[in-house]
Amino acid sequence: MTRIDTCGMSCPQPVLMTKKALEKDPEGAEIIVDNNTAKENVVRFVRSAGYTASITEKDDVYIIEARK
Amino acid sequence: MLMKGKKGIIFAGAFIGVVAVLLVYFGNPANMGFCIACFIRDISGAIGLHRAEVVQYIRPEIIGLVLGAFILSLINKEFASKGGSSPFARFVLGIVVMIGALMFLGCPLRMILRLGGGDLNALLGLVGFIAGIFVGVFFLNKGFSLKRNYKMSKIEGYIFPALNIGLFVLLLAAPAFIFFSEKGPGSMSAPILISLAAGLLVGALAQKTRLCMVGGTRDMLLFRDNHLLLGFIGILVFSIIANLIFGYFKLGFNNQPIAHTDGMWNFLGMAVVGWGSVLLGGCPLRQLILSGEGNADSAVTVMGMLVGAGIAHNFGLASSAAGATINGKIAVIICIVFLAIISSFSSDIFSKLKK
Repeated sequence: MTRIDTCGMSCPQPVLMTKKALEKDPEGAEIIVDNNTAKENVVRFVRSAGYTASITEKDDVYIIEARK
Repeated sequence: MLMKGKKGIIFAGAFIGVVAVLLVYFGNPANMGFCIACFIRDISGAIGLHRAEVVQYIRPEIIGLVLGAFILSLINKEFASKGGSSPFARFVLGIVVMIGALMFLGCPLRMILRLGGGDLNALLGLVGFIAGIFVGVFFLNKGFSLKRNYKMSKIEGYIFPALNIGLFVLLLAAPAFIFFSEKGPGSMSAPILISLAAGLLVGALAQKTRLCMVGGTRDMLLFRDNHLLLGFIGILVFSIIANLIFGYFKLGFNNQPIAHTDGMWNFLGMAVVGWGSVLLGGCPLRQLILSGEGNADSAVTVMGMLVGAGIAHNFGLASSAAGATINGKIAVIICIVFLAIISSFSSDIFSKLKK
């Protein structure tokens, strides 16, 4: 599974990076985000693309796991 | 749950649409309940960065928007001091967005409010805005990025909200070095506390819902995601309804309040705003909200807009009801060239060409 780090990126790049990662590896991806806005946007995108999204909070970041 | 998901963003849009018309009822210029560009321009004039006598006032709406976002982000723990993502490019993009907005006579929010009042000139602005977003999205897909931001020391994020409190003190104290218009749009305003309250409420709501005028079209083009677009449509529909109720609605191109009929330059002005805002990651309203949440890059962008307003009026770039100026047209073309250069060099276009 691809792992991407979107920390510090401004809108809409976390979602764009997620989109590209899932196009490359449709199986799923692990996306690290560092703010609520990016978390909501990435989760919304992942779900609308037909994946499940599970979120874990770790230190200052969220790790979103997108799976088929 | 009201504020969650699609209902939340539609409610935010509806609320803003109605509040904007109420602000006009209480004294703001017509179709200008809110205008981020115009209001920053008025503040720029009030502190003497330009001497256009008809557009000088410290707009409490701006202060309210920043502080509303600031207070709510502290409560919901979303406040975070961040910065360092291409600050100077953002500063200049702030200037560019302001020059485009003052060519059209309004930020994207006022563009919707003008449409909501029946001003069809804003339709050409809207088409230009979408065209600009389209170009911006093209570069996003080519890897455009202003690079990441970093955590800053805590105080960094507090400076901008604190400055806004200072600005409010200046408004109340009205010392001789602050300019207040005696005629023109700058002299028309709702009472201070009503303006401030409207700003606080809308600022908090926009912080909560991430409302962004440019984000709606951008996300539709990029991801077929209509979330933010619903907020945009909410503002339009409810401002039309409120304008009809108050009898402000007047459909047509001619004699619209604080607007001109030069279609091509309405189009190009808003194209610059749309394109520039995509590169910045959000419309002028969103920049204000983010700067309230501790984002120093957005605060720098707002400063760029403040300086841009000074330049626009000092150099005779800003349009008026009489139409666009030659200087303004030249400036908008320079802005387009600048946007093309920064978009190309901050994306993968050239690096891919070399390969």
